[in-house]
Amino acid sequence: MPRTLLSALAILGLALSAPSWSQNIKIAILGPMAFVQGENHWAGAEMARDEINQAGGISVGGKKRLIEIVKVDTNEIQSVPDATNAIERAITRDRADFLIGGFRTEAVLAMQEVAMDAKKLFLGAGAAHSKLGLNVEQNYERYKYWFRITPVKDVDLGRYVFAAMGSIAAQIRNDLKKPQPKVAIVAEKAAWVEALLKAAQDNLPKMKMEVVGVWQPSATATDVTAELSAIKRSGADIVFTILSGPVGIVIGRQMGELQLPAIAFGINVEAQKDGFWQATNGKGQYVSTLDTYSEVDITPKTVPFVKAFQQRYKKAPTYNAATYDALLVLKDAIEKAGTLEADKLVPVLEKTVHTGTAGVLEFDKRHDPLWGPGRVTGIAVQWQNGEKVPFWPNNWQGVSYKGMKPFILPKSQ
Amino acid sequence: MFQDILVTGLVSGGVYALLALGFSLIFGVARIVNIAHTAFYMLAAYALYALAVKAGLPLAVAIPLSVIAVVAISLACYKLVIEPVRRHEAAVRIATIALGLVFQESLLIAFGGHYLGVPAIMDGFASILGVRVSYQRLVVLAAVALVLVALWLLLNRTRLGLAIRAAANDLEVANLMGINVDRVAMLTVAVSAALAAVAGAVVAPVFVVDPFMWLPPLVTMLAIVVLGGLGSLKGSLIGAFLIGLVEAITVFAVPAGAYLKGAVALTIMVVVLLVRPEGLYGVAFEEER
Repeated sequence: MPRTLLSALAILGLALSAPSWSQNIKIAILGPMAFVQGENHWAGAEMARDEINQAGGISVGGKKRLIEIVKVDTNEIQSVPDATNAIERAITRDRADFLIGGFRTEAVLAMQEVAMDAKKLFLGAGAAHSKLGLNVEQNYERYKYWFRITPVKDVDLGRYVFAAMGSIAAQIRNDLKKPQPKVAIVAEKAAWVEALLKAAQDNLPKMKMEVVGVWQPSATATDVTAELSAIKRSGADIVFTILSGPVGIVIGRQMGELQLPAIAFGINVEAQKDGFWQATNGKGQYVSTLDTYSEVDITPKTVPFVKAFQQRYKKAPTYNAATYDALLVLKDAIEKAGTLEADKLVPVLEKTVHTGTAGVLEFDKRHDPLWGPGRVTGIAVQWQNGEKVPFWPNNWQGVSYKGMKPFILPKSQ
Repeated sequence: MFQDILVTGLVSGGVYALLALGFSLIFGVARIVNIAHTAFYMLAAYALYALAVKAGLPLAVAIPLSVIAVVAISLACYKLVIEPVRRHEAAVRIATIALGLVFQESLLIAFGGHYLGVPAIMDGFASILGVRVSYQRLVVLAAVALVLVALWLLLNRTRLGLAIRAAANDLEVANLMGINVDRVAMLTVAVSAALAAVAGAVVAPVFVVDPFMWLPPLVTMLAIVVLGGLGSLKGSLIGAFLIGLVEAITVFAVPAGAYLKGAVALTIMVVVLLVRPEGLYGVAFEEER
């Protein structure tokens, strides 16, 4: 009798633990969870999950189902194999229906392969390299399950950063009376930088700026005083940064410590984080960077989202928190298609025009978000006295979000 | 440009020298392969962050407390991890790698992977030969000088120093001579941990604090100690400044190859091992020990 009871319980236990019994839609949130990027992936997803579940869940073919988000730590900043292992586990062990997240291009390219092998929808929320979208164009049948929610692809990041750069250069010409500002490019040695670096070297002269040198420190360099010494000698007015690693903190702090008479602007992912001010010991004054979120009216959803995020998590969101938008986009697509099947969701996603928290999302034929006025433009912020102050776009191609403040040039020393 | 290379090279060399002296003591003189040496430097940086930034203590209090805390931890680690396998070099190596990883993962759990900043002892900068150098880096150079003097006094003017040098020279004979070799090893670990902790307190404001900050200096230290010669403090000191200069030259000569400066140090190490394995000032022939 005990034996039959035990085996009955065992079978029951097995049956109950089998995912096919679960009514919830499982969505894996992939990111480096010990780091700010992963924390934001998760936070944005949590906010979306709570909102969706409080409204009863997602309606799949008339039946409402709740969503369940699964935290998957890819550790991709430290190790690409860790990331591919993590996504494999998410698909095979956790039986996730959908995959959202990613950050390091090198890791996301590998993770994309795993996801496409399993024919799972993978919505990117961090990696910028064009290749991710190029794969969709070159081999549609295999890669069609990939969609990039954020950021805009590297080439568009280039157009975006040069647009903002133009306004800073105009201010330098006006205020400092320098007709041809000198630019020192500091680009970390990483894959995502390549297209942008080339674009900078081509475009800056056309924008009437002189490139006085290109420095490529390691993304994890802890000391750039040698580079900064050389940059000071070059007489640069702008230090154009293309950085995503901790070297972004080091540059901000050391420029501040040595009071370098140049302004740092460009892409500096570490400078987008609240922790930047403390990490630079308060020396990162005037460091400016592209950013995604601030309390400005990019769309009607932006300010409420940023405020709610700040209240819940006691810090400002980084662009990775767009997993919030990813989940809502997915919800809309599932409700329209009436099914969870990836093959049926792809054409619906392709026709999406979604007002998100960072802009209006619409995908091109490479499943990359469209960049430009009326879609996703991004913003630029500058650190002023411990606060990230948004300054761009301010009267650019007719675009001006309410809440923009003026950009400050450091007085020359 | 030459002033830039000279000044920048000397200043970064100073940072390496502070780390190298402790490493050279434990690795070069005492021949304990403590891979976790730079992990103690990391612990001190985090201790300083916790005390000075989180708890708001003044630096004059936080720095000595951090050093004491790290020395205490190192003694505990020595007793629990190193002493049981002391006779087997390979086992010590493996055990200390594990120790370093344990520290790394514990700090990752406790503080997250976030990059943290530790306040400098002095703000501001000086202009040397037309090159701007922050005061904190000059503090580092001053610390190097102080540590060097203190270490020299310890090794050459105290009985403990004599015991350390004797044990490093020939372990078995030192034991036969009545020197408590195990106690000497423990004290050497404590002294080198103290040096690592001082480096952490003085150098951490210059760099960025994160749970993986112990790995890059470890690799550079190995290169420096090989270049300078195992067993020679003077060699490690000169090696540190040489590597600092070479890195500065790399950045100035090939700005687009600035990321290679770490690789250059390692290439030098490989070349030295191939051409002159004893390094600049090391002993040319080693006896069995």
